Amino acid sequence: MEIPYTVDVRPDTGLSNGKFGVWLFLASEVMLFAALFSSYILLRVGSVEWPHGYEELSVPMAFFNTVVLITSSVTMVMAWASLKMNDFGKFRLYLGLTILLSFVFLIVKYFEYSHHLHAGEGPWHNTYYAIYFTITGLHGLHIIGGIVVNAYLWGPGAKMWQTAKERFTNRIEIAGLYWHFVDLVWIFLFPVLYLL
Amino acid sequence: MDNVTTAGHAPAGSHAHGHTSHAHVDHHEQSFVTKWIFSQDHKVIGIQYTLTALLFLLFGFGLMALMRYQLAFPMQPIPVIGSLLGAANAPGGIMLPEFYNQLGAMHGTIMVFLGVVPLAVGGFGNYVMPLMIGAPDMAFPKLNMASYWVYFVGGCIMLASFFMPGGAAQSGWTSYPPLSVITATNGQTWWLLGMICLITSSLLGSVNFIVTIVQLRAKGLGFFRLPFFVWAQFVTSFLLLLAFPPLEAAGVLQLMDKVAGTSFFLPSGLVVGNRPLDISGGGNPLLWQHLFWFLAHPEVYVLILPAMGIVSEIIANNTRKPLWGYRVLVYAIIFLGFMSFIVWAHHMFMTGMGTTMNSFFQTTTMIISIPSVIILSALFLSLYGGSIRYNTPMLFALAFLPMFGIGGLTGLPLGLAPSDIHLHDTYYVIGHFHYVVAPGTIFALLAGIYYWFPKVTGRQMNEMLGKLHFIGSFICINGIFFPMFIQGLHGVNRRLYDGGVQYAHAQPVLHWNQFMSYAAWGLMLFQLPFIFNFFWSIWKGKPVGSNPWKATTLDWAATTSPPLAHGNFETAPEVFHGPYEYSVPGRAQDYLPQNQRD
Repeated sequence: MEIPYTVDVRPDTGLSNGKFGVWLFLASEVMLFAALFSSYILLRVGSVEWPHGYEELSVPMAFFNTVVLITSSVTMVMAWASLKMNDFGKFRLYLGLTILLSFVFLIVKYFEYSHHLHAGEGPWHNTYYAIYFTITGLHGLHIIGGIVVNAYLWGPGAKMWQTAKERFTNRIEIAGLYWHFVDLVWIFLFPVLYLL
Repeated sequence: MDNVTTAGHAPAGSHAHGHTSHAHVDHHEQSFVTKWIFSQDHKVIGIQYTLTALLFLLFGFGLMALMRYQLAFPMQPIPVIGSLLGAANAPGGIMLPEFYNQLGAMHGTIMVFLGVVPLAVGGFGNYVMPLMIGAPDMAFPKLNMASYWVYFVGGCIMLASFFMPGGAAQSGWTSYPPLSVITATNGQTWWLLGMICLITSSLLGSVNFIVTIVQLRAKGLGFFRLPFFVWAQFVTSFLLLLAFPPLEAAGVLQLMDKVAGTSFFLPSGLVVGNRPLDISGGGNPLLWQHLFWFLAHPEVYVLILPAMGIVSEIIANNTRKPLWGYRVLVYAIIFLGFMSFIVWAHHMFMTGMGTTMNSFFQTTTMIISIPSVIILSALFLSLYGGSIRYNTPMLFALAFLPMFGIGGLTGLPLGLAPSDIHLHDTYYVIGHFHYVVAPGTIFALLAGIYYWFPKVTGRQMNEMLGKLHFIGSFICINGIFFPMFIQGLHGVNRRLYDGGVQYAHAQPVLHWNQFMSYAAWGLMLFQLPFIFNFFWSIWKGKPVGSNPWKATTLDWAATTSPPLAHGNFETAPEVFHGPYEYSVPGRAQDYLPQNQRD
């Protein structure tokens, strides 16, 4: 017996399994990052002195990265929209761009990290750097996770387009939801860690 | 639909015939590995979870049996087993304090995270819930498989940590910093890595459960026709989904403290062994407690809600009556789920967080006792006027009620800040939460095993041995935990390596230590009939029909025992009634299956 509602929507709930599942997953992710942001607030409120982010970190680099991530979210939507318009070639292009932009983000992050580590400002330096490295590190892991999923859907996973068009389009939508969430976390991280 | 109903009443053995004749030839033959090891069938995964969790429960119990020797006979060599523990842990068979602490920390961790929750949710939830809602499988079978294997890896890391240099974690299952961070051994690091695996596993599981319950309910099975067991699993999954991530965050932060030299939980000016610690400082040990209990209080309800679900099914079935106040039960359990997120700091009255915080959390704690009392009262009232069948599952389910009652009521003085000042960190606390979890939840889980055993194997467990198991366990388990209240009220602290020998105020109640230890070992002895019964009944138990308990819910009424390997049901069932249509007046038989068209 096939598992129902993997592709089509259950009439009384208005949901397909995958989409509902990813929203629940994102709810738990919200709790994960909420706990980390709360820890940040508690540590900062309880500290004697807390450095200003813009004095410690490179705001231009982070701003550049913010633009990169937002652009990647746009290309992710374009990839999904291309599938909706039955244009597989364009889908490949836009999803490829998304993956490329994710790598750009990571490379910029690498330069930021290595700069601070060389300056002796590792996570052990003070609580500010500890929370900076932990939250951005976890966010970076989420980016890597997104790259893995998107690369799979760009490469071997794209074979599904030949057999089950609608299901594959749903997969791209779900991967997109996750990607927008990762993007959104960064949009919170940028002001909290760099600007305040 | 009629053929499904008759299949429900088919005599024993006919299901085997049904297997071979049924048109499931489209499924290619599965190898042993895909069928039993990397299976995506929720039933096999449920069995895997059940067996693994039972083994962990036995192991965790074994750790406690060792600790109880040290408590009963402090600083005396442990006979026979003592020599096997190794010179690093017990030179000359005498347990070292460090080893005692490892046993304590790991007993708690293993029982909660590797035993009870995986059995209640991973085992029972996985096996029974899809059958109850008439689903062919879980919504995401691959995730389900991944969930089990991540749990398995987490369990292996926890077990392996005993054999690492320096041994396992030794800062209690709560792992409070700074102690957990500044302890020189690496046990805590392994503990954190293991926990991250277990949290990931329960996250995958809970997403799967919620989607399955919402999306895969059979035709006609509205939310208020769901058996209470399914409601309990539903609320439990939400708790797991939303409460575990903060612990994951806390685990990552503590791991950073342990590995990357950060000071999230280490305050400035920390002095260890008369030497200032070489750290940046600026952290806050209380932060860990907040994050930890934000998970660990909902976790208490993760332990108890599935147990309530199991007990409700068994009570309705064996009283041959509808549950008293089904809708009230459902509303109560949803309210319980919400409230469990805002009571966590009642574990922290003694941290000096201030009277305002204390007042808030003791108020919410008193409020949360209301739905618990509603559930317990409704279950008691369900017994009233019933003609009760005293079989083994029912005995365990009946014992759950007063045992959970004692556990719950003794919690009230702990939830009020003034009385908690006296009782905090004494054996009273240990008695309280063990009454909730051991003769409470674990009895309910045992009831569930006796109840659903015929579903899984097609055979019933031996009743004689079952009753022996029940009576022996019931007496012994009270012998362990009731004296803890007495000791605790005398002010004997928990986590004492020698059980309190050095303390004057402990002397009048010290003699209970031996009594409790004998009761604990007796309890272990009384599990032997269960273990024997379990394996013997798999092959030699009395074969029974598909629906030996004459139950109404889909798991019994619409499937064979054991259910079909693929898809569970011969035809997708349709539901026409509420879950507990027992003794409906004017009907020939005393139960009306949910899938029987009127």
